[in-house]
Amino acid sequence: MSAIAARRRTLPGFGLTMGLTLSWLSVMILIPLAGLFLKSLELSPEQFWNILSSRRTLNALRVSFGLAFAAACINLVMGSIIVWALVRYRFPGRRLFDAIVDVPFALPTAVAGVALTALFAEKGWLGAPLAALGIKVAFTPVGIFVAMIFIGIPFVVRTVQPVLQDLDPEIEEAAGSLGANRWQTITRVILPSLAPALLTGLALAFARAVGEYGSVIFIAGNLPNVSEIAPLLIVIRLSEFRYADATAIAVVMLVVSFVVILAVNRLQRWAQSRVPAR
Amino acid sequence: MTIEVRNLVKTFGSFKALDGVDLKVDSGELVALLGPSGSGKTTLLRIVAGLDWPDAGEVLINGEDALAQGARERHVGFVFQHYALFRHMTVFENVAFGLRVQPRVVRKDEAAIRARVKELLDLVQLDWLSDRYPSQLSGGQRQRIALARALAIEPRILLLDEPFGALDAKVRKELRKWLRSLHHEINVTSIFVTHDQEEALEVANRVVVMDKGRIEQIGSPDDVYESPASAFVHGFIGESIELPVRVEGGVIRLGGRPLALAADGLAPGASRLFVRRHDMLVGPPGSGAFEGIVHHVRNFGPVQRAEVALSDGKTIEIDAPRDKELRAGDTIGLEPRRYRIFAG
Repeated sequence: MSAIAARRRTLPGFGLTMGLTLSWLSVMILIPLAGLFLKSLELSPEQFWNILSSRRTLNALRVSFGLAFAAACINLVMGSIIVWALVRYRFPGRRLFDAIVDVPFALPTAVAGVALTALFAEKGWLGAPLAALGIKVAFTPVGIFVAMIFIGIPFVVRTVQPVLQDLDPEIEEAAGSLGANRWQTITRVILPSLAPALLTGLALAFARAVGEYGSVIFIAGNLPNVSEIAPLLIVIRLSEFRYADATAIAVVMLVVSFVVILAVNRLQRWAQSRVPAR
Repeated sequence: MTIEVRNLVKTFGSFKALDGVDLKVDSGELVALLGPSGSGKTTLLRIVAGLDWPDAGEVLINGEDALAQGARERHVGFVFQHYALFRHMTVFENVAFGLRVQPRVVRKDEAAIRARVKELLDLVQLDWLSDRYPSQLSGGQRQRIALARALAIEPRILLLDEPFGALDAKVRKELRKWLRSLHHEINVTSIFVTHDQEEALEVANRVVVMDKGRIEQIGSPDDVYESPASAFVHGFIGESIELPVRVEGGVIRLGGRPLALAADGLAPGASRLFVRRHDMLVGPPGSGAFEGIVHHVRNFGPVQRAEVALSDGKTIEIDAPRDKELRAGDTIGLEPRRYRIFAG
């Protein structure tokens, strides 16, 4: 039966594209990751545990994942508002703002880091007034947070934008004529319809922030245990020729990231099943 | 509940969507707004619903100024052409939506909401679908759910924008009958928009024919079909033969040749002669006001449709009974049983 089905497949090229897909994914992603795991096997479980449970490693992981998640949440909220303004209103400069959203995509992250550091340094344009209020941004974890927000913005905007554009304004009119006020229309109709896209945007912004290196190390101050991100710690270990240490941290980052993305994916699938495509 | 619209004007840029529209709908009526696309019928409906605002004019619902209220306060049920169901909610929750968003003081309790939704789903005969999502329903089912949802809030009036426009012909015919009997049952003052004359004539108590932002004629389905008030209405409703004629000195001329038709009371000048296809009676050559040669004949349900080249060269299509012998090449005489002439 499956032989018949295979012979009768109407769309040709399955064998070729599937083969290419598998080999490409293997060469580009799976083999390097497998190498990472193999390298970490050089460590005994005890050594592995010692590296991970050291205070510096734990703090670095906490800083990386904690701030990345917080930044992704801020991006989710602000990104949604930006999308709303860009999609729903016509105003002078709209196209310009729309283009500006992509700047964090294109800008070399080191440039972004230097610019943000200059801006938020104690004598910087934004740093000075904030310092007067007693808030230090540059060379503190807050700086890492700011950099992670910066690089995450386009991910939420660009994933939600097409979905909001496709959302029929008639469903808002329907909600209104059924007696819903603006708030009820947003919370009961619009947001649930956007939920899958919002979750995707959140996951992408989070993943990007966890992996961010270039912009963060400039603004972070990189104080061990305080403002040192896990990717930086990996680089430090490498420069000390402690390769096994570096891979151990890398493996943990990989596993945690994978679990988080998988979880968000499941959540998104669940939301998607409630909002089936038309 | 009555609906009254006075001197409504609405422009979109340089396009005049509504150009001074007056309309009065009595309590319990089912009125069709009929016209080609761009005639302003949907704009009129949306203004009554509070989804659009006029540049000038008045809208009164039950004698109260409706323009002072938004769509929320008007208590109007609106059914959209493309259903506008909430995709992330089940059928049940879609219908319940209007009840759940009511202010806390008037909101029904959960049991009452469930009972009301059940009642509405029974009314549209779809209670067995209550746990499905809109994407799992057919077009006809979706539109019935949309109607149930609109009725849930016990609207003062019901407005339907091309309710069957997105459905296939067979489902459309079924739903037409169903809508008429439903209206008979619940008797809420309703206006529906359509570009399908058959739909308007079959469903409505009264038909409002619109063109270019103006009302051309208001009347019963019989009125607008039997006595069209303008050339537009005659051409738009029913299959018509249209011939350019001149009225001169009490004589109607087609291409210079006088026609043996009465011209009493007609203004002289260029005019248009309208005859329904089935009102053109076939006789032997030389009889009747026109003469022509049959080009070809096709059977068309209960009638045969013949393409006839008139002696002045213009080709028309007529419908004749099936038992009338007609063959390509025949020369025949044609006599309009009924006709109308409009100046211009």
